[in-house]
Amino acid sequence: MGLKILTEHINVPGIETLEVYRKHGGYKSVEKALKTMSPDEVVEEVKTSGLRGRGGAGFPTGMKWSFLAKPEGVPRYLVCNADESEPGTFKDRWFMEKNPHALVEGMITSSYALGANTSYIYIRGELLFVLRILEKAIAEAYAAGLLGKNILGSGYDLDLHVAPGGGAYICGEETALLESLEGKRGNPRNKPPFPAVKGLFQSPTVVNNVETIASVPWIVNNTGAEYAKIGVGRSTGTKLISASGNINNPGVFEIELGVPVEEFIYSDQYCGGIWKGKQLKAVVPGGSSVPILPANLILKTAAGEDRLMSYESLSDGGFVSGSMLGSGAFIVFDEDQCIVRNTWNYARFYHHESCGQCSPCREGTGWMEKVLHRIEYGHGHQQDIDLLVSVAKQIEGNTICPLGDAAAWPVASAVRHFRDEFEWHIKHPKEATAPGAVYRGQLDAITA
Amino acid sequence: MAKITFDGIEVEVEDGTTILQAARKIGGDVVPPAMCFYTPLKGSGGKCRVCLVKVTQGSAKDPRPMPKLVASCITQVQDGMVVENTTNEDVLNARKGIVEMLLINHPLDCPVCDQAGECDLQNLSYEHGVSATRYEEERRTFNKVDLGPYIQLHMTRCILCYRCVYTADQIADNRVHGVLGRGDAAEIGTYIENVIDNEFSGNVIDVCPVGALTDKTWRFKNRVWFTKPMDAHRDCPTCSGKVTLWTRGEEVLRVTARKDQYAEVEEFICNTCRFDKKEVKDWTIEGPRHIDRGSVISANHYELPVVNVPIVPNLPVSTKKNLPQE
Repeated sequence: MGLKILTEHINVPGIETLEVYRKHGGYKSVEKALKTMSPDEVVEEVKTSGLRGRGGAGFPTGMKWSFLAKPEGVPRYLVCNADESEPGTFKDRWFMEKNPHALVEGMITSSYALGANTSYIYIRGELLFVLRILEKAIAEAYAAGLLGKNILGSGYDLDLHVAPGGGAYICGEETALLESLEGKRGNPRNKPPFPAVKGLFQSPTVVNNVETIASVPWIVNNTGAEYAKIGVGRSTGTKLISASGNINNPGVFEIELGVPVEEFIYSDQYCGGIWKGKQLKAVVPGGSSVPILPANLILKTAAGEDRLMSYESLSDGGFVSGSMLGSGAFIVFDEDQCIVRNTWNYARFYHHESCGQCSPCREGTGWMEKVLHRIEYGHGHQQDIDLLVSVAKQIEGNTICPLGDAAAWPVASAVRHFRDEFEWHIKHPKEATAPGAVYRGQLDAITA
Repeated sequence: MAKITFDGIEVEVEDGTTILQAARKIGGDVVPPAMCFYTPLKGSGGKCRVCLVKVTQGSAKDPRPMPKLVASCITQVQDGMVVENTTNEDVLNARKGIVEMLLINHPLDCPVCDQAGECDLQNLSYEHGVSATRYEEERRTFNKVDLGPYIQLHMTRCILCYRCVYTADQIADNRVHGVLGRGDAAEIGTYIENVIDNEFSGNVIDVCPVGALTDKTWRFKNRVWFTKPMDAHRDCPTCSGKVTLWTRGEEVLRVTARKDQYAEVEEFICNTCRFDKKEVKDWTIEGPRHIDRGSVISANHYELPVVNVPIVPNLPVSTKKNLPQE
């Protein structure tokens, strides 16, 4: 087992209470930061740590913080994006549910670094029970003088609020999240201006993922240089991976970035191998929006190197033979899973979740879903495969927010790597629509 | 001031101008089309994506190209920016794709649509669309929504440009309609049946780029290319009173605000002028209005689009079919 930063005390009974959390070293970073460090020093530590956004895009957090505009007399905000709703991702929910104080501590330290006096945790609407847990933790922190006016006698004030969303996936996009937090319809904004200049209530705002913020206390306590030693290359630190699919041991794992993918799938301390000893067919390594990779390409890069669980290694080969770490939702498919059906399922999700603001995504996601539905249910035509690729290309890069890309990539990659399977569905509709039928023609080639 | 190169043409504009406005300053064929952006409405733009352009050089200081195509209506110019529109194949292909997206769920009922002849979507499709559809599924339809005695909402034709929402927010007050639902189920509506009742509500008809919002006093009365646009004004206590009358013979069939060549309203007018003053004697006629848009309405009245048509003066209608076919 590697180093645990986020999950070290997560199974301690009663860790969700302030008392137990403090016994295990909780809120040390708040004391250290507020009493001995200036806000800029905290930002510097985070910069040195090389911490990257854990929500999916992997943008360096320290850099994001230093971009925050600081005009005189205008409030600044820190918003925690807890609107985790990508299919396959469940790390934030699990983490907040188990250890809410870790997030609250991260919020206080990070808000201090950014000079924010009001901060928000925007939580997905379906997670009402987690919201209650968080509110309880925040109330405890207020009572202990860790939130509110003059925190720990340092003269720094902070109010922390939890705001539930209405349950829309699009509100995980940072500008849509801000619109929703302002009480408007959750449509993404046109960028620029970026939130770092004009965000929440037209003021400079930083939006960070739960896991990113929860990593900050450790960095403050142990210095950024220590954090940078963990991991591999520019992928520093540890990452929570939500592993699901046909594996023996699904759940959330904290890994040091740089663990080989093969070890992650087959080692007993992580996924524990494929369920019932079947063959690995494909993996979606970073949540439903990233390209799917067949077994041979997920274990080894196109150049024949071992693929590692890191930002760089997973995206090696671009979209031709690579994918992305994304939010760390590792979805494993065994030999009995139908890629066409799975792709249709993803397309259906994006069709349902498109906000409908810009035309390529509004119309294109529905179109892709309908074509995939047709192929899956045995009514496809030969030209449908090229049509899918073409529609995906018409959406990709032409939309206001990344949801369009997220809808296009899984479809385009599935066709790229599993074209034979799509063709089989079209040429043999009767066999393909039989219950439990799966195409096995390509299996030897991709598992070799 | 910022100097930019647009399709190889240099133009100097004020700082903070958008790429689209800079292109309009050049004018002519290089101007990107715009379906959702509307100069008088703050916050509009960025939604339809037909105005996408390629920025091959960000600015003189930072000459890197922008990684994606950008919406020209909301992207501000930088000094030394180089932009490609009609000279870039990626841009034209992307635009073609977006026009296809806009049309897959559009009913294409131009023959019975009042907007035909002055429809932005129609013009866009002529210029950038394809002749055949690749869409086989059933098109999305909505029931017609009644928005009171003057305005008809036909949601099936809507492209969700949000212009009418901004108009109701900024020109008229008390907005009662908005966008409900999301994705391709999003629709303009009032949620609970409601009448858009405001002295300036009629302007939503003028800003609508398609036939989704139409004037009930004009619906199915005539085709736009049969009518004659005349500039006229009256002494109106609520608005400027400067309008365009669309007449046929002695009849005033429709009153609209005056629009420029990009179909943008110069001065918004009130409902009294638009819906109630339908007699020539209500107005002081200034003279014929020259329509400068690339639509049927401008072609029919002021220029003859087809050459080599045999012109026989004072031809009786009945002898038309006996003309020699050349």
